[in-house]
Amino acid sequence: MALIECPAGQPASVPALLHRNAKMFADAPAYREKEYGIWQSWTWAQTRDEVEALALGFMELGLNEGDFVSIIGRNRPYLYWAMMAAEMCGAVPVPLYQDANAEEMAYVMSHCGARFAVVGDQEQVDKITDVKDQLPEFERMIYLDPRGLRKYDHEHLDQYQAVQEMGRKTRDKHIKELEARQAKLNYDSTGVMLYTSGTTGKPKGVVLSNRNVIETAKSSSEFDNLRQTDEILAYLPMAWVGDFIFSVGQALWTGFCTNCPESADTMHVDLREIGPTYYFAPPRVFETQLTNVMIRMEDASKFKKKLFDYYMAVARKVGPDILDGKDVGFMDRVKYRLGELFIYGPLKNTLGFSRVRVGYTAGEAIGPEIFDFYRSLGINLKQLYGQTEATVFITAQPDGQVRSDTVGVTCPGVELKIADNGEVFYRSPGVFVEYYKNAESTADTKDAEGWVATGDAGFIEPDTGHLRIIDRAKDVGKMANGSLFAPKYVENKLKFFPNVLEAVVFGNGKAECTAFINIDLTAVGNWAERNNIGYASYQELARHPQVMQQIQEHVEAVNESVAEDEMLSGCQVHRFVVLHKELDADDGELTRTRKVRRRIIEEKYADIIAALYDGSEQVSTETEVTYEDGRKGSIKATLEVRSAKIFADNRKMAAE
Amino acid sequence: MKDNAESYVTADGRTIGPVVMEMKNITLRFGGVEAIKDISFDIREGEIRAIIGPNGAGKSSMLNVISGFYVPQEGEVWYKGSRRPPVKPFEVAQQGIARTFQNIALFEGMSVLDNVMTGRLTHMKTGMLSQMLWRGAAEREEVANREVAEKIIDFLEIQAIRKTPVARLPYGLKKRVELARALAAEPSILLLDEPMAGMNVEEKEDMSRFILDVNDEFGTTIALIEHDMGVVMDLSDRVVVMDYGKKIGDGTPHDVRNNQAVIDAYLGVAHDEEDAT
Repeated sequence: MALIECPAGQPASVPALLHRNAKMFADAPAYREKEYGIWQSWTWAQTRDEVEALALGFMELGLNEGDFVSIIGRNRPYLYWAMMAAEMCGAVPVPLYQDANAEEMAYVMSHCGARFAVVGDQEQVDKITDVKDQLPEFERMIYLDPRGLRKYDHEHLDQYQAVQEMGRKTRDKHIKELEARQAKLNYDSTGVMLYTSGTTGKPKGVVLSNRNVIETAKSSSEFDNLRQTDEILAYLPMAWVGDFIFSVGQALWTGFCTNCPESADTMHVDLREIGPTYYFAPPRVFETQLTNVMIRMEDASKFKKKLFDYYMAVARKVGPDILDGKDVGFMDRVKYRLGELFIYGPLKNTLGFSRVRVGYTAGEAIGPEIFDFYRSLGINLKQLYGQTEATVFITAQPDGQVRSDTVGVTCPGVELKIADNGEVFYRSPGVFVEYYKNAESTADTKDAEGWVATGDAGFIEPDTGHLRIIDRAKDVGKMANGSLFAPKYVENKLKFFPNVLEAVVFGNGKAECTAFINIDLTAVGNWAERNNIGYASYQELARHPQVMQQIQEHVEAVNESVAEDEMLSGCQVHRFVVLHKELDADDGELTRTRKVRRRIIEEKYADIIAALYDGSEQVSTETEVTYEDGRKGSIKATLEVRSAKIFADNRKMAAE
Repeated sequence: MKDNAESYVTADGRTIGPVVMEMKNITLRFGGVEAIKDISFDIREGEIRAIIGPNGAGKSSMLNVISGFYVPQEGEVWYKGSRRPPVKPFEVAQQGIARTFQNIALFEGMSVLDNVMTGRLTHMKTGMLSQMLWRGAAEREEVANREVAEKIIDFLEIQAIRKTPVARLPYGLKKRVELARALAAEPSILLLDEPMAGMNVEEKEDMSRFILDVNDEFGTTIALIEHDMGVVMDLSDRVVVMDYGKKIGDGTPHDVRNNQAVIDAYLGVAHDEEDAT
């Protein structure tokens, strides 16, 4: 693979970019955070000083080149700075999921042998302290929020600002060494290490070089024409590659401003106050917002409701075309303009999307209705396809070619090929260096020529060049009669119903498909409230006959639409249960990024799956659950197994 | 008994200061009913002092005596080294004593932030005219007070409801807002009247955490009433136990738990028998 050399004069590392920005955009805002009800901001020059002070403090504490520094906490400028400061010292930042439990943290931290950790608050300090015995290399912890920590033993504990102060005081002693270490950083030195969420097995540490980070940031910023004056809201987990690329990579490359919310609960208010111009969210966030809008419209006055319905119909008809710059009739344009004045404008303002120029959704398939709703309002929402190993970007939708069923065309510098079994392979400057301490997995995933297996099955549309993803290649199988089995395809269709939070479809090698369904407590709970249906618990609501009936209707609607697809008509759901508990990452059933872990679910609920196939009408089960604080308990329940109507393949019938 | 004027360190390493408030032989009557009968105890600086007892034991009356709302017929209240004469409620607030109420007493129509700001009232000095003109001193004062209020909002993690009218909040959050308002006064003694009444286990755990954090971070002396024994035993440094207006126990949670009179009061021994012993 031809390596792209760093062009002469271009910064070759994350710290070098920071120094460049401190000169080029000295007084422009770089980071903002809402604290004590006010947006506090730091310019690029100030950011550089803060990062440098912290790096000097790290040196005084004895951080060496090649050390690993764990970063754990919610999105805060200070933690982004900690990542940059670690790299300044020649160390490798390793952000972790803040909601990970102590054992998950122990695994990752001992795997990389982290010596330092920079954490947000007492909760994280406690978790690390709990597992410290399993971390022989671990030495020091630096915390941000001193609350509740004043009386802790401070022998291995420092406060963040105190470390910076220490750095400022010992500047003369370390600055030469710090500069020397930064000078050594090049395109091939490690920029960051991110652990994959691990849909199967233990998380793997993906090593990304400065080349990966900078080349990706550069080409994706150019692809979407990002500007120095753009604003983003950083609220997705810092351990996720997307957040690293948006809030560090692209932010540094383009020089735009990263805004951090006050707390997780205030995200929506903060979103509205900032009005980001570049926005990223997983489908779940868009779904929740749409559900909230619809719930509130149910309670609005009749006149308002009518106005809303009328103009939303107009928007659905012509909104997407106007956004794509296609021809739209004069009267429709006038109506759309009026709609903008009365409905879309105020609605976008409430949602915090007034200024969004580029919006992305990824990670999961998004429901076409949800996708079209936002696009019809004039929000330029697009899809992209990527993974940690590719430093996010593999394909993305260019402006004007946006559809809900594809994930777009290849990003600049990316090559794609489809293997015989349908698996998608790619090669790009963003391709990761290796899995840390796991040469075997590295070799399995990346071949000698630099092609990386995505693990997803898909195909490229011949006429448009857009990539379509069907499912995880591993999960695609054959039914007993030889027809194609693609669970994700059916699950996504089920999940597009607001009442369905999660679905898991089984049927590989079997004669028929069956499914587990999780209801969405917000949506179903709201429906129950409006219809005066009382319930005391999730479990009780989940097995309410009327809820079961609704889910049955949804399953049958999905069967009807699946029947229309020639390839996948065998995947109709014959029997299903509504689960008595929500699938949860704490129980290992989902990954931290909320992807279903099929193998674990199949083992854990083997009794229910057996009941789905043996024709019984109900099944009694007992399930172990883990509470947030790590305690365990169990839930007993008797679940009703329902059968759904199956549709014949209409087109085939017509052809015969 | 420890010396009143001296600090000591508890078994778990907390430093408890000298006595700040002392009740001497308090008796409180409502007509013929004796709500409190000859009770004496003290509150030390920096400690969490609980008053517990079954329903109708006189706990709330005791708290009202401490807060100066009731004036006892007999006995003396000593505060910061001198005897406190009968006082008006606002004078008590000025002396640095703040409280929350058993049946939430917030301004329902006002936002959380405005409610917390009312707690700053005793710290506002500018006159009405200056406030109306809203220039110079009044504005500076508002900014300074807002900063204190915001720090408390941050501390109690109620940022998300800052602008929400109190009437729209669930019960557990209202309790937290009340605590925020009391804290905004920057009191030296904080009185909490059943801070955890009507809460579920999770809300109780949160509230306990906040009470401990307040005590830890601000060094605020806290006197609280509670009838959930479990919570009290975990939280407090010393406990006064009341039953039928009398003090039947006083000491560390450990002492109190092993006190026969307390066990009887909570397990409900027939009272003729108790009088006979």
